[in-house]
Amino acid sequence: MPRIGRHTWKFEHPAYVVSTGTVAGSTESQGPLGGTFDVRIQDDYYGQSSWERAEQKLFEHAVKIAMDKGHCSDAAVDLCIGGDLNAQLTGFFFGLRPFHIPSLGVYSACATITEALAIAAMALDSGFAETVLAGSSSHNGSAERQFRFPTEYGVQKPPSAQRTVTGAGAILLSRKPTQAIRITHATIGEVVDMGVKSPWEMGAAMAPAAFHTIENHLTESGFTLSDFDCIATGDLGKIGHAMVREMLDDAAIPTDSRLTDCGVLIYDFNQPEVFSGGSGGACCSLVTFGHLLNQLASGLWTRLLVCATGALLSTVTVGQSESIPGICHAVVFERV
Amino acid sequence: MIFLWAFVVGGVICAIGQIVMDAFRLNQGQVMVALVVAGAVQDGVGLYDPLIKFAGAGASVPITSFGNSLVHGALAEAQAHGWIGILTGIFEVTSAGISAAIVFAFLAAVVAKPRG
Repeated sequence: MPRIGRHTWKFEHPAYVVSTGTVAGSTESQGPLGGTFDVRIQDDYYGQSSWERAEQKLFEHAVKIAMDKGHCSDAAVDLCIGGDLNAQLTGFFFGLRPFHIPSLGVYSACATITEALAIAAMALDSGFAETVLAGSSSHNGSAERQFRFPTEYGVQKPPSAQRTVTGAGAILLSRKPTQAIRITHATIGEVVDMGVKSPWEMGAAMAPAAFHTIENHLTESGFTLSDFDCIATGDLGKIGHAMVREMLDDAAIPTDSRLTDCGVLIYDFNQPEVFSGGSGGACCSLVTFGHLLNQLASGLWTRLLVCATGALLSTVTVGQSESIPGICHAVVFERV
Repeated sequence: MIFLWAFVVGGVICAIGQIVMDAFRLNQGQVMVALVVAGAVQDGVGLYDPLIKFAGAGASVPITSFGNSLVHGALAEAQAHGWIGILTGIFEVTSAGISAAIVFAFLAAVVAKPRG
């Protein structure tokens, strides 16, 4: 049975990682993981006339790289699942215009990538698809417009704020067990709302969701912390990372250096305006596909838990003084 | 001396805006409206003109002065033309500022990238 708990699926036919494609923005390229991305762009407009078009191009390019590296044409891809932070998922859908692939847009804010990976693995496990693409994108400029319009105010951000990552990551998954890295489990998160209202404190808003998903995963999968070489949350930043560490310690799940955060890894904190760290739909996909999976591929690690985190706010809900619910979905990657 | 008071009064108005924004978790638009209304009320009770006399640009440059000008124009027109003046006078004093905002926004949009 694939379902081993209320939140956790174990795949009978794991999804094998064929290839990945990563395109990183200028600030991300200058960060400590810059060397692990396939394409490092210098101009965040990426030769386009607007940030939105740039983001569509980023996603299109990431998909193309993943397919090229996997020696696969769009005709051979049965399904593409993904999303972004723009209203109506325009980054994802418009980025797919040049391809002919059956496509599903999904949204869990910055947790979109693990939601897409879970559904992709489910589609492969069920046999509805042989080859699936999953991916997500975000762009600092388009996210500022989407969530903090009008940007013309030029509001100073507090240190607890986070920088939306510019970039896109795509992954090609297959049912054929020809590759070394596979997705074996997925844990679907619940919406957790602890009443945080400030959009400048998204790490704090998302940390409880990350804690719940990690706790549910460990309880239901039977894994312990020592079964993992790394547990990476998506984009909690420095503040949210410290909070989830404290919550896990309080719950007698003591963490060590195994617990990390993609939003902390992607930037050097000496870089300008990175605040508490990275966020955005591309934060977790860039770090996972660029850096974390490399550690599995090189044999350094054998099992990795990726827990992308999403803050489910919109400009309307913030304007109406609603609190910010968080969500976190997790997937397990392991080397065979 | 007026330079010092301009600095102090202008700074205090801005500090109040920042404190209101942080303490009550308001967004920029809400703080701006609150300051405009505060300026309008102060002029209504006759406090803002003495403040401008005392602090010069320290009181006339912050957004509170815009509220003051709205009420100022409305009251002046009301005295001259009766009740209808409240409507016709609101933009009497502020029309230069509003027109300038429109003209300069247009000029900026011509040379910059308004669509991002």
